[in-house]
Amino acid sequence: MSSHPLAIHAENVTKIYRRFAHKRQFATLKSAILSGSLVRDLKADETFRALDGVTFDVQAGRTYGIIGRNGSGKSTMLKCVAGIAKPTTGKITVNGRISALIELGAGFHPEISGRENVFINGIMLGLSKAEIERRFDEIVEFAELAPFIDAPVKTYSSGMYMRLGFAVAVHVDPDVLLVDEVLAVGDEGFAHKCLDKFAEFRRRGKTILLVTHSLGLVERFCDEALWLDKGKVKAVGDPKRVIDAYVTEIEESEEAFLAAEDARARVRVDLGAGSSVPAHQAGEPEDGVTAGKVEAPADMFKAEAGRWGSGDIEITRVDLVGPDGATGHVFHSGESMTIRLHLTAKAAVNDFVFGIGLFNADGVCIYGTNTNIEEMSAQEIAGDGVVDFVIEDLALTEGTYKLDLAVHKLDGFPYDYHRQLYTFRVKSPVKDVGFFRPRHSWTFSPSVRLQRLHGPEGWRPHMKDDEPTA
Amino acid sequence: MFHNLRHLVRYRPLIQSLVTRELKARYRGSALGFFWSFINPLLLLVVYSFVFTVVLPGTHPPEIEPYALFLFCGILPWTWFSSSLTEASNSLMAGGNLIKKVLFPAEILPIVAVLSNMMHFFFGLPILLAFLVWFRPTITFTEVLWFPVVVAVQLLFTLGLSLILAALTVHFRDIKDILSNLLTLWFFATPIIYPMHLAPGTISKAVLNANPFSHFAVSYQEILFYEGPFGHWKWLLAVFVASVLLFLLGYFLFDRLRDSFAEEV
Repeated sequence: MSSHPLAIHAENVTKIYRRFAHKRQFATLKSAILSGSLVRDLKADETFRALDGVTFDVQAGRTYGIIGRNGSGKSTMLKCVAGIAKPTTGKITVNGRISALIELGAGFHPEISGRENVFINGIMLGLSKAEIERRFDEIVEFAELAPFIDAPVKTYSSGMYMRLGFAVAVHVDPDVLLVDEVLAVGDEGFAHKCLDKFAEFRRRGKTILLVTHSLGLVERFCDEALWLDKGKVKAVGDPKRVIDAYVTEIEESEEAFLAAEDARARVRVDLGAGSSVPAHQAGEPEDGVTAGKVEAPADMFKAEAGRWGSGDIEITRVDLVGPDGATGHVFHSGESMTIRLHLTAKAAVNDFVFGIGLFNADGVCIYGTNTNIEEMSAQEIAGDGVVDFVIEDLALTEGTYKLDLAVHKLDGFPYDYHRQLYTFRVKSPVKDVGFFRPRHSWTFSPSVRLQRLHGPEGWRPHMKDDEPTA
Repeated sequence: MFHNLRHLVRYRPLIQSLVTRELKARYRGSALGFFWSFINPLLLLVVYSFVFTVVLPGTHPPEIEPYALFLFCGILPWTWFSSSLTEASNSLMAGGNLIKKVLFPAEILPIVAVLSNMMHFFFGLPILLAFLVWFRPTITFTEVLWFPVVVAVQLLFTLGLSLILAALTVHFRDIKDILSNLLTLWFFATPIIYPMHLAPGTISKAVLNANPFSHFAVSYQEILFYEGPFGHWKWLLAVFVASVLLFLLGYFLFDRLRDSFAEEV
């Protein structure tokens, strides 16, 4: 341990909440009055453990991030540190003046002016009247509200309200600043100002405890990170390492979720699978081109997830294979992905086309092709077989995608058509937009200078040196 | 508990500014603004005087004349008391956002409710003064010195009860509705529209004596309405002792339930 003094010391903090039920109000009241504990007289199934033996230390002057999924106890932890909630057991000590950015403008009264609210809010947060007077102009300027400061707060837009709340809270000049996911305040410009303010706090050696879902923020700002999972500490330490562990677990659970969803989708369609072909789908040659169902008529786009076809050739299984050879549902942008179709033909068939369609989450077709379009002529399929569709570089942005997979006759008559039954997620460290990411690079003349930011979620341009030296 | 109580002194500026805010916000946007603090008790007085002198004449004995002044002595402090309790019992719910999101000593909310209503009570006093000058120019100075004493005791009593009600209402919302009805009953069980000595029989006398607010009302009436020196001080002393105990009990209860507020509000 370093010799820095501790700003926050939390030891074995457990917080138990009463599950909401009307009946046991009296038990809560009675035990609160008699024993000073809210939950002592409650049975285990009437309580909820929001925090379970959490221990951590924050050294003075450090920026500390708490991450975790919804309901993992992050905000409860912050409230306990702020003193708003009291731990059921365990203890927390905080050295120095605290300011908690938990809800901005929580104490504003709508009927009175912004000016009066600044004073009252400031006093609430622990400033004296003289201190507020000294900082008043700075607060108003920071909130960008000078023309409206004498109007009642009820006339403010929600953005103005939040900005004023934020401005007051950061001008309290605390030793320990607690921040709960409040950076989504105002427009881009204001968000930057907030970040600058945090940076200033850091420079001045203040301690910041940050609860957020923005992993990029934690990675860029924090000296240390804590990962809470179901009220317990899952990992603590270097932000990069903690975030990596966290992201991996998120992917695993997403994987499980997508696998379950896929299974459900298939169970749904298997009830009618292999039966006769729906009338409107049956063979409708389109301009002599059998582009398959990927470029199907308009009603195809409205078609729900499902499965249809004669079953002469059957797609028995589909695997999505990652670069490591393992099947899964979560892939990374830029890596390879193989769509593997397992097929069975009841009898030898010589008229067949394999087709594939890629859709985004809204059901918009991003890409479609088939073996006929790519000028492959079917010869014969008999018995079992495997078809691999190999995507070497998954040139997609982050998001959820769905697949159409089909085997049909040249004229479009379906043997087995799987409509959007397969879902996968693409993850990307770069948060570019759209869905297609062309392989690209940036080059700049010597007079244009940019600095590369490191970190998985920072804005990271693909520069020349990104490319593997071939 | 006493640690917290001492702590409260540090929050005096906050209480001050919250009371000011409460007063400002209440009349913000109304044409007459602060004048309502004068007009409200005056109108109340007009209604009661009209009912008991024109609609139901002869319901009060002739010795309590001018009846309007007699009424005013009781109604003004009663309004302070009853609206304090009503507002205080709801104060934690109304200020839920503060309790849940800001580090904030919750007892400030009921205290502000009581104090802002006390300010309204003070704003009504000039009218009472005008009545006194008009009807009772003979009032003695030493008698008036008792007035702030009674106000102080009533403040302590109201604070104690407000803390209890505020804390319990968080757990039992029913209290809000029970309270409004109970206050109506309490009003009529207090010698405000009738004099104390008019109570028939020993039982009703005992009930009136057991009602702490009777002694506030009688004290105000003795000081401001009746001639002669203030003779009710023994009862006032008893009520003062009771008020101290009530305040301590109220604060203890509030302190014990403090941690539940952020969760139950």
